[in-house]
Amino acid sequence: MTDGPVPRPTPETLPFWEGTAAGELRIQRCTPCDEFYFYPRPFCPKCLSSDVAWEKVSGNATLASYNINYRPGPAFSSQDPLVIALVELDEGPRMMTNIVGVPAEPEALPLGMRLTVGFQPRGDQFLPVFSPAEGA
Amino acid sequence: MTTSMHGGNIAIVGASETERVGVLPDVSMIHLHTDAARRALADAGIDIREVDGVATAGPNVIELADQLGIRPRWVDGTMIGGCSFMALVRHASAAIAAGAANVVLITHGESGRSRVGVPGYAPAPTSIAGQFEHPYGALAPYSSFTTPVLAFMKERGFTREDLAEVVVAQRQWAIPNERAQRRAQIDVEGVLNAPPIAYPFTRDMCCVVTDGGGALVVTSAERARDLPSAGRAVYVLGSGEGTGSVIVSQMDDLDSFGPFRNGSREAFETAGVAHADIDHLMFYDAFAHLPLYMLEDTGFVGKGESAAFIKEGHTRPGGKLPMNTQGGGLSYTHSGMYGMFAIQEAVRQLRGEAVVQVPDVRLSFVQGVGFMFGAGGSLILSNQPA
Ligand SMILES: [Zn+2]
Repeated sequence: MTDGPVPRPTPETLPFWEGTAAGELRIQRCTPCDEFYFYPRPFCPKCLSSDVAWEKVSGNATLASYNINYRPGPAFSSQDPLVIALVELDEGPRMMTNIVGVPAEPEALPLGMRLTVGFQPRGDQFLPVFSPAEGA
Repeated sequence: MTTSMHGGNIAIVGASETERVGVLPDVSMIHLHTDAARRALADAGIDIREVDGVATAGPNVIELADQLGIRPRWVDGTMIGGCSFMALVRHASAAIAAGAANVVLITHGESGRSRVGVPGYAPAPTSIAGQFEHPYGALAPYSSFTTPVLAFMKERGFTREDLAEVVVAQRQWAIPNERAQRRAQIDVEGVLNAPPIAYPFTRDMCCVVTDGGGALVVTSAERARDLPSAGRAVYVLGSGEGTGSVIVSQMDDLDSFGPFRNGSREAFETAGVAHADIDHLMFYDAFAHLPLYMLEDTGFVGKGESAAFIKEGHTRPGGKLPMNTQGGGLSYTHSGMYGMFAIQEAVRQLRGEAVVQVPDVRLSFVQGVGFMFGAGGSLILSNQPA
């Protein structure tokens, strides 16, 4: 599936989307706190320091929660069910994504399942999506 | 005047919904506001020329005031989703207590179903949600508000049957209520077998989508005493509000919401009452999981006890803690920002004027939510000044 709403980067989020286009998941880390944070912004939401850096993360994550959207609606040409998931990156932050490569059925989506990132074209951008990690 | 905004110094003296709620293709959004406003003023028995404060969430507050011929000295357009109206009652109370306004009109109206006179909705692809949630298909409340729920259920050991029990409990209030949208008797199996919307949610676990509105008139308890509506005044004892993350994926905890916990705590502290004093609950229920989160986060039951509390019937007619007594957003009506309807039902219960009246209601606790898990607003209302 490649159609659907296309994210439009802002100056503050552009490195995230440049990363996905390059096949990398890049997340910001605060230097003083030594912690990753998400969503992108030009400073750390904990300490407000602008001493922050973009880092390529592992792309490994755990399935924290999800729904199966049976009504994707007019923004999508395919009305196949979409697994809308919340995943926890090994580096800490949580993000929304789609789970792909498995049937959109609860039996195939145990919470706690190990996941790995991939990238799907969407308009002129690439979306980070997740699928079961090998051996998971 | 300068006094406390809490403790019964401020009163809701007028309250009304639109004449009709449901499917209203013949009324524009703004005139759902004006219909409710005129009815609430009549209910209060107060002349519109006395209104010097106007507040709403959604439409331009300038237009709202102008349509009604009001030139206010105080306005508030706070927009934090469906709990805006809890916040606006709180803000109006502060303004009146501080002398910044004397009589405040708060309105809601949404053509949520018929979409008459409603500006187009085009989510901005540059917004945080537009970049980090909408592309995944979380474009509507049913596909975004529901994302944390499986984590909550796993943490608590709850099942889909527990979600269905919420729907069944609330339907019992809607069945005798002719204004309610969904009135058919239903059981757990029926809820689970309703058309799937977003697993684990079926249609009946999601609110109805309707047109309608409501309005409140708020003034000082002192002024309330001289109005024709004096004996029906509803007093603001306590309140709280707060916000969380702008996108649901970033809520601090998937199984608990800070604005529910903190806003309710502040409401109880400012009111100076205890949970055991509360006779009636209005818990904003856009989806079946919300009463479960709210019962626990506002401290009416312990962690993990909400599902059993509902299943045991305590929130149903005749139960010890009646909740969502017009049927709630799940069965009564839900125009989009439901908070106004929750307050309206609390006022009716406190006045003894509800369709399905709970005996001897003295204190009602109202908990709102807005922009998914984005904001919360809490009110403690009473039919006695303190
Ligand atoms: Zn920091």
